[in-house]
Amino acid sequence: MKRIRICEEHCIGCGLCEVHCVVQHSRSRNIIRAFREERDGIVPGVKVERDGHLSFALQCRHCEDAPCIEACMTGAMHRDPETGAVLCDTERCVGCWMCIMACPAGAVQRGASGKVASKCDLCIGEDVPVCVANCPNEALVLEDDGDD
Amino acid sequence: MPEWLTQAEFVIERDPERCIQCKVCVRQCANEVHRFDAELGEVFSDSDKCVGCHRCVSLCPTNALSVRQVELDFRSNANWTPQAIRNIYKQAEQGGVLLTGMGNPEPLPVYWDRMLLNASQVTNPSIDPLREPMELLTYLGAKPTRLKYEGGDEPRLETELGPQLELQVPVMFSTMSYGSISYNASLALARAASEVGTYANTGEGGLHAGIRPFAKNMIVQVASGRFGVDADYLNAAAAVEIKIGQGAKPGIGGHLPGEKVTAEISATRMIPLGTDAISPAPHHDIYSIEDLRQLIYAIKETTRYRKPVGVKIAAVHHIAAIASGAVRAGADFVAIDGYRGGTGAAPTMIRNNVGIPIEFALAAVDARLREEGIRQDASLVVAGSFRCAADVVKAIALGADACYIGTGALVAMGCHLCQKCYTGRCNWGIATQDPYLTRRLNPNIAVRRLVNLLESWRHEIKEIMGGMGINAVESLRGNRDHLRGIGLTDRELNALGIQMAGE
Repeated sequence: MKRIRICEEHCIGCGLCEVHCVVQHSRSRNIIRAFREERDGIVPGVKVERDGHLSFALQCRHCEDAPCIEACMTGAMHRDPETGAVLCDTERCVGCWMCIMACPAGAVQRGASGKVASKCDLCIGEDVPVCVANCPNEALVLEDDGDD
Repeated sequence: MPEWLTQAEFVIERDPERCIQCKVCVRQCANEVHRFDAELGEVFSDSDKCVGCHRCVSLCPTNALSVRQVELDFRSNANWTPQAIRNIYKQAEQGGVLLTGMGNPEPLPVYWDRMLLNASQVTNPSIDPLREPMELLTYLGAKPTRLKYEGGDEPRLETELGPQLELQVPVMFSTMSYGSISYNASLALARAASEVGTYANTGEGGLHAGIRPFAKNMIVQVASGRFGVDADYLNAAAAVEIKIGQGAKPGIGGHLPGEKVTAEISATRMIPLGTDAISPAPHHDIYSIEDLRQLIYAIKETTRYRKPVGVKIAAVHHIAAIASGAVRAGADFVAIDGYRGGTGAAPTMIRNNVGIPIEFALAAVDARLREEGIRQDASLVVAGSFRCAADVVKAIALGADACYIGTGALVAMGCHLCQKCYTGRCNWGIATQDPYLTRRLNPNIAVRRLVNLLESWRHEIKEIMGGMGINAVESLRGNRDHLRGIGLTDRELNALGIQMAGE
């Protein structure tokens, strides 16, 4: 499956990945409208972690043995059979936050509504996730590990 | 004392309709121009500190920012230009020498723009480089005056050739030290040179262990500070260059402030951590051509005569005599740096007012070496602002063997010529050692861009040569018949050794 490799040494901490993630997951898909009208309703699936001059952009690792799927009591957290991505079915999520507790990367967050989990979906429908496509320093790289 | 007379050089315009308060500009400006006011939830800009590097403009995802140069902030006066007034205010407030970076930006004539190239029409056929072979291979080093063969069915060359540098394209990356530029930038230049088959130059920065694997595509420099020089360093590289002068600051030494001498730089330059790296203005063991000869031969001995040894000099008055002396002293190539050559830091007055144009220096040196019958003893490398493939072709037609590009290479890596290299706060991650800023230059991207640049110039040089009906760079070299001058006086045409357009 396709995986995003984080090149920590090239991350410049600009936060453009977060910006484009918000746009991609907005209704309008228009950067200005997304930030004007929908910003509060979207939690970006990628987060830039910063400490001094070090930074890296972290999103769900879509683990092979995903602890969040194990921990989910409703089956909302599941693996997409086609892409292999770990996705959250918000219709089934009850907001127990066991996925957040179980995630070793801290990549699952509470959604903006505060009721369901929110996470990276590897940009459904896009060949290249927008955080990868818009990183100005190629600190996020899309790799195909060959496994389906 | 408040700097109340100094006014902002740039004004930042933020389109409130487009700004989404994403704070990318805040994070990207090392000069702290953009500031997020958490209470108001808004980003504000302080134009005073802006250096016009356009980092924020380039990264703004909504194109909400533009940076404009302030033009009408002084009463107009053709003599007292805003820059002249600003310089005086700055010096009156702070005292001291005005510092700057990059090459001479003054509106002085660029003679490349006053020379035009020839093309074939009717009487001689032009060549299509996509269909016919076109040779750009260039060898730098002393050439024999005549070749001796051993006859027979399979002739064998008897003459022993001196060491040569083999260039796939007659363009090399100019002298830029690790210290003046970041490790990532140095690494990118070395990697790109080895990918294309040309050379990068260490400058006086020593050879970092990480760059050593690319040393066969590096020219190492021996400058007046002798930083990082030992037998191992000299033997690791493809060639050695003795730096006498630099186009941006002829007659001036260098000074890398102690705060930039990090652990890595101190190891590479072989100097104590945190100490100023001072390169004296002259080499204190070179006060004559004879002294220069001693150093050249000391290096040749150390490298067992296996590496070409060159001399880099700044283009100044009597350059022809100086270059001739360098060749007679045993230089295998002479690099001449014109007055538009770049620098990481130089006194503004020196950069803007000392030296001569590379066009005249090259024409004079090539002519002089030919007159004296020693042109074959050394190759000529020219530097000092080669902006495009046409500049390179014109230089070769005027007599150069190859060109050095420094600023052009930096621009390819993202430099926006803000001329603030000396502050160490390069927002593009090039002329800085700040670990927060150096990350901004991903060497993989930089290598790709540098290789693209040289590849495109290679194609363009071939196209231009093809149009002239020339199929090898050897036939173009010193072929001034293919140059014509426009808007030049008789004396300028004579000095350049070219005819006027229409002749």
